[in-house]
Amino acid sequence: MSFQEKLEKNIWGLIFMVAVVVSIGGIVEIVPLFYLDNTIEKLTKEEDSIRPYTALEQEGRDIYVREGCYLCHSQMIRPFRDEKERYGHYSLAAESKYDHPFQWGSKRTGPDLARVGKKYSNEWHRQHLRAPRSLVPESVMPDYAFLEKHIIDDSLTEKKLRALAMVGVPYTEADFAGAAAAVRGKTEMDAIIAYLQVLGTMVKFEPGKDYRE
Amino acid sequence: MVGNVPENPNYNMAIVKAFAVCAVVYLVVGALVGDIIAWQLSFPSLNLNEYLSFGRLRPLHTNAVIFAFGGCTLMATAFYVVQRTCAVPLWSDKLAWFTFWGWNLIIVCAVISFPMGWTQGKEYAELEWPVDILIAVVWLSYMFNFVMTIANRKTSHIYVANWFFLGMMIMITYLHVVNSLAIPVTMTHSYSLFSGVHDAMIQWWWGHNAVGFFLTAGFLGIMYYFIPKQADLPIYSYRLSVLHFWALMFGYVWLGAHHLQYTALPDWAGSLGAAVSIAMIIPSWGGAINGLMTLSGAWNKLRDDYVLRFMVVSLAFYAMSTFEGPVMSLKTVNALSHYTDWTIGHVHSGALGWVAMVSIGAIYHLVPRLWKTDIHSVPLVNTHFWIHTIGTVIYICAMWVSGIMQGLMWRATDDYGNLVYTFAETVVAMHPYYVLRATGGVLVLLGALIMLYNIVMTIKGSSSQPATAAARA
Repeated sequence: MSFQEKLEKNIWGLIFMVAVVVSIGGIVEIVPLFYLDNTIEKLTKEEDSIRPYTALEQEGRDIYVREGCYLCHSQMIRPFRDEKERYGHYSLAAESKYDHPFQWGSKRTGPDLARVGKKYSNEWHRQHLRAPRSLVPESVMPDYAFLEKHIIDDSLTEKKLRALAMVGVPYTEADFAGAAAAVRGKTEMDAIIAYLQVLGTMVKFEPGKDYRE
Repeated sequence: MVGNVPENPNYNMAIVKAFAVCAVVYLVVGALVGDIIAWQLSFPSLNLNEYLSFGRLRPLHTNAVIFAFGGCTLMATAFYVVQRTCAVPLWSDKLAWFTFWGWNLIIVCAVISFPMGWTQGKEYAELEWPVDILIAVVWLSYMFNFVMTIANRKTSHIYVANWFFLGMMIMITYLHVVNSLAIPVTMTHSYSLFSGVHDAMIQWWWGHNAVGFFLTAGFLGIMYYFIPKQADLPIYSYRLSVLHFWALMFGYVWLGAHHLQYTALPDWAGSLGAAVSIAMIIPSWGGAINGLMTLSGAWNKLRDDYVLRFMVVSLAFYAMSTFEGPVMSLKTVNALSHYTDWTIGHVHSGALGWVAMVSIGAIYHLVPRLWKTDIHSVPLVNTHFWIHTIGTVIYICAMWVSGIMQGLMWRATDDYGNLVYTFAETVVAMHPYYVLRATGGVLVLLGALIMLYNIVMTIKGSSSQPATAAARA
């Protein structure tokens, strides 16, 4: 009796074999990412000012996730000439190391936002989120005027930072203590703009250096 | 062996009926939400308010079609197939009804969660942690009942369709549990345990295998039972089934990395993903050929067998999209196709062409047998077939053109190296194709409505009509 035939007559053997066979690919592709040193690029002191998001930025990021922005906007610039022209330096793994969850996206119905920070004024963003077509007539983005009406619930902010600290984001006691005050009275619009304005601004790239071997 | 299992009056067909009806209802709902968001992309003023904006409805569409429609179809068919191929009733009727009500509760949770914006922000895994726990429990109840039924079987061998269902159940358990690991903040908010590049790899390991196992292995289980059954012929090649099964179980798992070509994921992972993707053409086509060749010598059945027609076309789409996918995973092609509508088109050739058509075929096969009657209207089934096929083809072609055009416009530079088009100009260029896509979606939705009507009328008629079909059930 062949091995295959044995499995076809033994449900427990079949379950065991399938459970082993389907786990191999995932183990080979995922596990090494956690221990290979070069998965996240090493940056010099001058280059690296990657920090956890401030309380307000993190609240903004939560709204970004809540509204499903990632379904139309990527945050992952690829190393191509046109993407460099349009969006800037290609993205590094290090730049999203505090992103729980990651927001690289899979679709660009709208442009990439990995380096949108500091490209437009706060007022531009406010108007654009309120009524996208008032600034970009071709846009198909929904209006987000309601964000101005919602005040951030500051009672949750500290809990959020503490949860993020549990998954490895290096927040300090001072961050927790100041969390509620930092977002008090702010609208969701203020928060998401704070988040957008910091995107892609934390690394000072050295011209000509190859960050991916 | 499919043909000679004796009818057992103790089979639990009530659970199969319940899941089958739910599947048809959720097909209508999923297609409706999908078409609404397609029109929103064409005419943004259709984003009526914060609860009904594209970003919140899109997860509702994907979850409705994959887990509500796809899930109910898989539960109906797996519970049907496992009883008939093992010649025993389900191990536990109570557990089966727990699975049924639990799964529907999850769907209700999804319908509330997504418009409210309660999401984990990972595609096809958006539901928040309390619902994730519920999914794990209900899913295991489904698997446990299925496995115990096989353990109790009166037949000697486990039939091939059950291998595929089992493979799906095991892999989806792994994927769902690992990818959903998160630290809760409130009942409706949590943060993924993983970040950045690790989160990305784990998400696409989940994402592609939601396709590879939920939407492929599970539906291949349907193919391996319902095509031979409907054609009344044995499966073409047993050896090919064995090869197809193990190659799929081993290979599909590797493909997730091809969603992250040229990103900050280390190159070795993406290249590995692409290499295995190419290799997967062989078992996928082996499987498609196995299904199609089952009909060799009996092609005349296609002339008047409306169920077989759905199934054969579904296999053609399966073969097409399992060729297209590997091509898109190649770095040179991916550089153009990634982030564009081509991906959306590819997904829908799989979803509307393969998954939906094989499911629709299976449900049209099941309903007359379950209710022991004839289908209410064969012309309506044929109308559904053509309207669904045409809608799907329109959808896919629109997305091919818009996707490739988008990719080419983004990268176009003039003689001086400047970009030719602004991003806004590329958005304008997509508009006609978005309208065309949404129109294709209307046809698919219309087809689903016709199906719902036909199924409801069949069930209604079953109580009054003499059971002419009972003999061949």
